Amino acid sequence: MRIAVASGKGGTGKTTIATGLALALEDRPVLFLDCDVEAPNAHLILRPELIWRQQVDRPVPVVNQTRCTGCGHCAEICRYHAIAVMSGKVLVFPELCHGCGSCVANCPEAALSEYGRPLGVLEAGSTKTGITFARGVLEIGELSASPIIRQLKKWAVRTELFPHALSPEAVEIRDAPPGTSCPVVETLRGADFALLVSEPTPFGLHDLRLIVELVHEMNLPAGVIINRDMANDGALERFCVEANLPVLMRIPLERDIGQALAAGQPLTAVRPAYGMALRNLFEHIQLLEARGIRT
Amino acid sequence: MRIAITSSGTDLDAPFDPRFGRAAYFIIFDEETETWQFHANPAVEAPGGAGVQAAQFVANQGATVVISGDFGPNAYRALSAAGLAMYVAPRGEPPSVRQLLHQYRAGTLQSVAGPTSRGHHGLTAGTR
Repeated sequence: MRIAVASGKGGTGKTTIATGLALALEDRPVLFLDCDVEAPNAHLILRPELIWRQQVDRPVPVVNQTRCTGCGHCAEICRYHAIAVMSGKVLVFPELCHGCGSCVANCPEAALSEYGRPLGVLEAGSTKTGITFARGVLEIGELSASPIIRQLKKWAVRTELFPHALSPEAVEIRDAPPGTSCPVVETLRGADFALLVSEPTPFGLHDLRLIVELVHEMNLPAGVIINRDMANDGALERFCVEANLPVLMRIPLERDIGQALAAGQPLTAVRPAYGMALRNLFEHIQLLEARGIRT
Repeated sequence: MRIAITSSGTDLDAPFDPRFGRAAYFIIFDEETETWQFHANPAVEAPGGAGVQAAQFVANQGATVVISGDFGPNAYRALSAAGLAMYVAPRGEPPSVRQLLHQYRAGTLQSVAGPTSRGHHGLTAGTR
């Protein structure tokens, strides 16, 4: 079972829920993936010992000037405008390149090849309670988070790192980045369930609508957690009813929860009742996933 | 000689557009025939790489001089590789395309010897 925790809006409590869920499922083999590679922070709560490292490179084209005829085909083909052909000379802009390889594959003179440019690192290890933890960290100044997330998903499920990878009891929890752009799509891709964390604010609702649209597009079953729940105009819940999204859990806006999280404590440590609530949540998710209910 | 000027409109009396990669239009003025054409900028809504795409477009139009308000590092690198001369309009109230053209011909426009901004792409583009 692969659960991706996403939200649209940032700061709604994705990492709070994802880490809480990982700790609550202590009787199962859990793999935790921090997919927020631009600003990973789940380690602050789960405190793993990171002993595995893997460099991630990004393929960037390089020109063989003796073969190149300056035809300009590569510049026309590059949808990221990472290549210009000026006065018959190919100019590559590596910061703009997404490493898709289209230029290399389509060069009529076979004048382009690729070299690896460091994009970031993958790190993995275990927590004291036996959770396998892995994260990606994007190199500062690099812009493409998706390739790191793609590699992270592949890298961490090898039995070397996660010995229970093939067990039917295994649970993979992915902590998504905020937003609804490519890195979030990459985090959701291959997941079995999207756990959407929102809050009863106009921003929370606005961005929940966006992520629900994405989840719908990806044909993923989903449910909502309302975090920082408080007296409100009911717009968030009306939307969940209209969109046929089950509200799976509510966490009230309470000072002690905020204080505990700020001190690096997980939700399950604030009050043991949350451990039970999160285990119930997981059972609920299993049922919804098995029934294949789509929003 | 062909002169490309970034423009917010489609004629010579439109205010010039101070952006290069995201300019609304390019007006290409041909000095030999004293005629001009306007072209919508194909890069105006590009998700990234607008400066490179716009530079490629301007170079493909056969321009040898570009006048704008600002050239980011990528646009600068691409335009200088193509041998285009870059000039920037003075700051302040944006002049019309026609006024800029007069200033260029009178030799009062400032030429550019490096990127005039850190670029607008991502968080850290142009810092290396």
